Order: sequence, then C-alpha cells, then structure tokens
Amino acid sequence: MKRTIAIVGASLAGLSAARALRDQSYDGTIIAIGAERHEPYDRPPLSKDFLTGAMAAADLALGAPDEDLDVQWRLGVPAVRLSAADRSITLADGDEIRVDGVIVATGSRARPLPGTGGLEGVHTLRTLDDAIALRSDLTAGRRLVVIGAGFIGAEVASSARSLDLDVTVVEALPTPLAGALGVEMGAICAGLHADHGVRLLTGVGVARLAGSSRVEAVELADGTRLPADVVVVGIGAQPNVEWLANSGLEIAGGVVTDATGATNLPGVVATGDCAVSYRPYTGASVRNEHWTHALEHPATAVATLLGSATAPRRPGSDVPYFWSDQYGVRIQFAGHREEGDPVRVVEGDPDQRSFLAVYERDGRPVAVLGLNQPRLFTRWRRQLRTPDQAALSAS
Amino acid sequence: MQPVCPLSAIPRGEAFRWDVEPPVAIFHTEDGEVFAIDDTCTHQDASLADGWLEGCEVECPLHASRFDLRTGKVDAPPAKKPVRTHGVEVIDGVVHVGLSDEEPNLPPSMATNNEAK
Ligand SMILES: Cc1cc2nc3c(=O)[nH]c(=O)nc-3n(C[C@H](O)[C@H](O)[C@H](O)COP(=O)(O)OP(=O)(O)OC[C@H]3O[C@@H](n4cnc5c(N)ncnc54)[C@H](O)[C@@H]3O)c2cc1C
Ligand code: FES
Repeated sequence: MKRTIAIVGASLAGLSAARALRDQSYDGTIIAIGAERHEPYDRPPLSKDFLTGAMAAADLALGAPDEDLDVQWRLGVPAVRLSAADRSITLADGDEIRVDGVIVATGSRARPLPGTGGLEGVHTLRTLDDAIALRSDLTAGRRLVVIGAGFIGAEVASSARSLDLDVTVVEALPTPLAGALGVEMGAICAGLHADHGVRLLTGVGVARLAGSSRVEAVELADGTRLPADVVVVGIGAQPNVEWLANSGLEIAGGVVTDATGATNLPGVVATGDCAVSYRPYTGASVRNEHWTHALEHPATAVATLLGSATAPRRPGSDVPYFWSDQYGVRIQFAGHREEGDPVRVVEGDPDQRSFLAVYERDGRPVAVLGLNQPRLFTRWRRQLRTPDQAALSAS
Repeated sequence: MQPVCPLSAIPRGEAFRWDVEPPVAIFHTEDGEVFAIDDTCTHQDASLADGWLEGCEVECPLHASRFDLRTGKVDAPPAKKPVRTHGVEVIDGVVHVGLSDEEPNLPPSMATNNEAK
C-alpha cells in the first residue's frame, strides 16, 4: 500500500519539506494541511516591499509555476488534533486523516498585546491578510504608533515612513534589539529611526490604547499620550502548538526536537518556527525564528522521518543567519552572540550606517553583523564554524 | 563586444560589478575561467558580485540561491528564474563582454519600480 505523509502548516517550512520528500525519492502520498487559504507565500516582504506597494501579492508565491510536487493541498482548514496512538490528524471541518508520518510545520503567530482586541486601526503583522489590512490603513499623513522596536516593528516603521506617515516607535527595553545584537549594536541600529525622522521612545511600556470604536491614542506607563490613527503591535511571536495538546508530543515553548528534527514520538518530526530544536552552533535548544532555518532545516527533518541518508551538509551550514531591511539599509547577522561577548567594528563606519562588526568569545569570532556590507559579510559568515568543526579543520 | 577592465583587476575567486543598466557581474573563477551574468539576483535586490563563488556557481549573498555561471540557471530556491549570461572574451589581457539581447529577469520589486518610472 502507498504510504501517506502529512505536512501540517503550508508555509516556507511546509513547502521545503514537500520538496525535500520528493528530492529524497519519497513516492508516496503527500497531504499538506494549511490553516491559511493561500498557497505558500513569502513572509519577509510583508513588512518591507509588499507594505510599500513595490511588490504585489502574486510576487510573494514561494512555489515555482512549473513545479510539480504531486501534493494534495488542504488549504484554509487548520488541523485541530494529532492522535499519536493511531497516527491520525483531525481537521477543523471534521475530516480525519490516517497517515504514516507527520511533519509538524505550523510556525508561529504574532503575540497580541493583552486588552487591545476589538479596536479598529490596531494591527499585528504575520499573514498576507494582516498585511493587506495594514497596507490599506497606511495613508500618507496619518499618525502611526508602532509598539515594539524589534525587527518587524522597525521594518514597519521604515515602510510607513517611506509612505509619508508620521511614525513613533515605542520600546519597553532601554535598547532595541539588545537581545539579538547586544546593547552597542542594538543602539546603532535603533539610530536608523532618528536618521529618517521617526521618533523612538525607549524604556517605557504601554499602559493602554484609548479610543471607542477606532484607536485614538496610545497611553504609556509614564503618562505620555501619543495620538494615533493606526497602531501596529510588534512584540514577538508565539508558536502554533495548541493543536498538539494531548498528542503526547513534548512541548516546551514549541515542539521539542533534537538537531535532526526528531520529536519524542516516532514517525513525527517538527521543523521551522514551531520547533525548539537543539542547535550545535549555539550549544542549546532554541526556537529558530528565521527564514533561512525554515528553508533549510526541513530537509534534515525529512531525512530523519524517512530514515534516508543525506549528503553531509556543507561546513558552516548550521550557523544561524538572518537579515532585515530598514530605511534602505541591509542588516545581516550570522552566528550567535551571548551576553558579554565583546564586539568590535572591523570595517567601515557605524556613523555612515555601513560597517562590519565581529563578536568574539575566547578570542574566536562567534557572530558577525553587517550593515550595507553584503560582500564582506558573506566572507566573514563563511568563516564561522561550530567549535568542534573549527577544531577539526584546524587540526 | 565591449572592453570592460583588465583581467588582472579581478583576482581569481573574485568578481567585478560592471555598472551598465542593468548591471553585470564578471567572475574570475579559481580555475581561471571568466564568466559574465546579470548582477541582480532574480529573487530580490541583491548584487551577485557580492555573493560567494564556489567552482562555477555563485551563491546570492542575501538568501543563498545558487546560479550556474555557465548557464545562468538557478539551482536552489528561493529564486525561480535564471539570470542572463553574457558573452565574454579576454583579448590582450582585457575582459570584453558582449551583452545578451534577451529580456533580463529582474526581481519583482525592481520591475515594478521601473514601470513606475
Ligand atoms: C512580517 C515578517 C517579516 C519577516 N522578515 C524576516 C526577515 O527579514 N528575515 C528573516 O530571517 N525572517 C523574517 N521573518 C521570519 C520568517 O518569515 C519565518 O521564520 C518563516 O516564515 C517561518 O516559516 P514556517 O513555515 O516555519 O512558519 P510560518 O511561516 O509561520 O507558517 C506556518 C503556517 O502554518 C499554518 N498553521 C498554523 N497552525 C496550523 C494548524 N493547526 N493546521 C494547519 N496549518 C496551521 C499557519 O497558518 C502558517 O501558514 C519575517 C516574518 C514576518 C511575519
Ligand atoms: S535576493 Fe538572491 S536569493 Fe533572495
């Protein structure tokens, strides 16, 4: 009998898993279940070129027109239950699917700000539908308040500014992006807001949103009242794993897996934003909320599920990587920094918003940050290695 | 064929970005071969001359799609369309390029910009 593998979550990780199944010679049935009605599309442009109008919805398609993966898509219906005992998946429309293997790729969703539901003009940004709604609210001259100066918040501020809105960004931490980049580099990146006429208020929380049907102002914990026509809440994401309750899968801030995507249940692997996976480079289990991980890791998870031997990954492919585009500046980061890792600028000038900085631990480079330095960044990124790989190549 | 630069200006393993419209990337491989392809990735706005050259392939510096320098074909997502390849000849130590007359596959964000202009 033909085998059936279900991919739950039809976005970047889900599509990459379908491609990997076929690449690894799996010829059974593939059913891809997606809560959104759209075919897999790319999220990063939602806060960048799609929001400014430079890209259209059709440009976001992840699948290639001539690609034939022979997948049965079940779009617009979320999976609501996984039963490990008989390996069945129940969909919201009541359908029950029996499968031989499951790839969990349900990603994450925007974290809401408690108590802000129901007000018009208040947005989060995770899906194409969110982006369409936000875009139609971003009219020139309007006052936008962005809550959260993380990457998505900063990109929304940048896109809205280019559309001639009056933009204020509010951040609870004293320095934006300090967690990812450290205080020094976080402060430099945060300086981009002021460069482009965007107000940035840091170290202050939001008390409440004022307004009756439509939002009118954001009130801060220190009493400041920021008049607002539009509000974007960008305070992080949480994994879509509630549907897995009672499945027996180990969940701890995401589906827990080892480096290969294996979960505590046989025949079930997890990958992409929904998984908390051990990562040799960081030496810890983390939820990798970045695009490149969701593109590349599914091939490893699929190999685990199929028990197939895959070509050894090229050295350094385990090194985390992400980028962000803000105010025409391309920010790229690779590696992993920890509190206390010293960082120094090795090329360029932070004041010019064009430089390369290297983070070190025990005298060894562990992470690299580039602003508008793609060529140099690529060369440094290639030199980063997991510690034992570094030892191997040195010996 | 137009003269572009002396070959000695592009060390092996490096690339040169030629500022024509749209820009062209000229690669000098470790094996000493010279190739010219469109510089702009077909996925988004990135310069392939800034990418990582390995054998006869260049990896985009932004999202790691790989393009074959000989054919322009893309070997790894997210890019879907090939880049154009251009004719190259080294004459008396000078790189000459004959630009392709095909339509370039510019990324959507740039293609829309151009229409708006
Ligand atoms: C606005 C924005 C900008 C970004 N910019 C960058 C960037 O510049 N650089 C970068 O590195 N990363 C960026 N990212 C992050 C990147 O997009 C994610 O890491 C990536 O999308 C993760 O892919 P995924 O497939 O694991 O999860 P997701 O893309 O979250 O997809 C999960 C899918 O599963 C579906 N789903 C959820 N629950 C169920 C269920 N029960 N049943 C069926 N389907 C379900 C969801 O609806 C969704 O379609 C950005 C993200 C956003 C939102
Ligand atoms: S810009 Fe080249 S792969 Fe995305």
